[in-house]
Amino acid sequence: MGLHAYLVVSALLFSMGIVCLVTRRNAVAVLMGVELMLNSANLNFVAFARFGRVGQAGLAIDGQMFAIFSIVVAAAEVAVALALVLNIYRNIRTIDVDEADTLKG
Amino acid sequence: MAPTEIAFAILAVMAVGGGAMVAFSRRIVYAAFSLLFTFLGVAGLYVLLAADFLAIAQVIIYVGGILVLLLFGVMLTHRIYDVQLKVQRIQPILGGLAALVVLGVLLVVVFTTDWPVVEPRAPVPTTARIGDEFMRQYVFPFEFVSLILLVALIGAALIARREEAGASSLEGVSPGGETPKREPTVNLHEEP
Repeated sequence: MGLHAYLVVSALLFSMGIVCLVTRRNAVAVLMGVELMLNSANLNFVAFARFGRVGQAGLAIDGQMFAIFSIVVAAAEVAVALALVLNIYRNIRTIDVDEADTLKG
Repeated sequence: MAPTEIAFAILAVMAVGGGAMVAFSRRIVYAAFSLLFTFLGVAGLYVLLAADFLAIAQVIIYVGGILVLLLFGVMLTHRIYDVQLKVQRIQPILGGLAALVVLGVLLVVVFTTDWPVVEPRAPVPTTARIGDEFMRQYVFPFEFVSLILLVALIGAALIARREEAGASSLEGVSPGGETPKREPTVNLHEEP
């Protein structure tokens, strides 16, 4: 399979992540959309590491390195975001992102 | 069809189908569980892309860590057996439109750009090379990202931690700390 097939899969995943991010009102579901988008970006990194033209040094590894860093940051992001969501739920009894507008002027 | 093409088709359908379930499923628990298929499908695509270490890391971190955290979030904050009928809103239309526009732009870019591709070589194990790169070219990002992870996890534990006894903002929460005694008064349902 060529590069294009992976890029198409990644684009589909990214747009589904956007749908999830924009239309969901549950904060945890919004996080799931963010995870979908991060996964599609990682897939792009790895696909370009496999198919991209690099120097004579053999297989490129840089894309995989970027994907690893991205996975680590995603793990940190999910931990912090879920802590915030739990705290919001504890305080105002909802995680509907449309209802949590206490700071709105 | 070559075996790799069949494997690619299965994995791509798995990933994209799981993603569609995440985006369009009416129930939040189904969305969380179908995220499992997406993560596993992407891990399989990593295998096809000769990224063996990354595939295992994907399974361990995403499926074993992030998905479990998300399921905890769902279970702790949502009454999972409620079904809510769809409410007519402008949001899904606009969101779907925005996603379609982004998808169109991405596909146009994918198919019109002249990517400098090469024929991939035979797969070799990548773990040793990744470890080598961590200690050479990427040693500063490596240390920095470990610091980020430490700070984020300490911060998450601090934010999610229950305050000391006597805090007035926690009334209605059982001392054991798991479930609220009071039924939530505000609408918690997922309304896509």
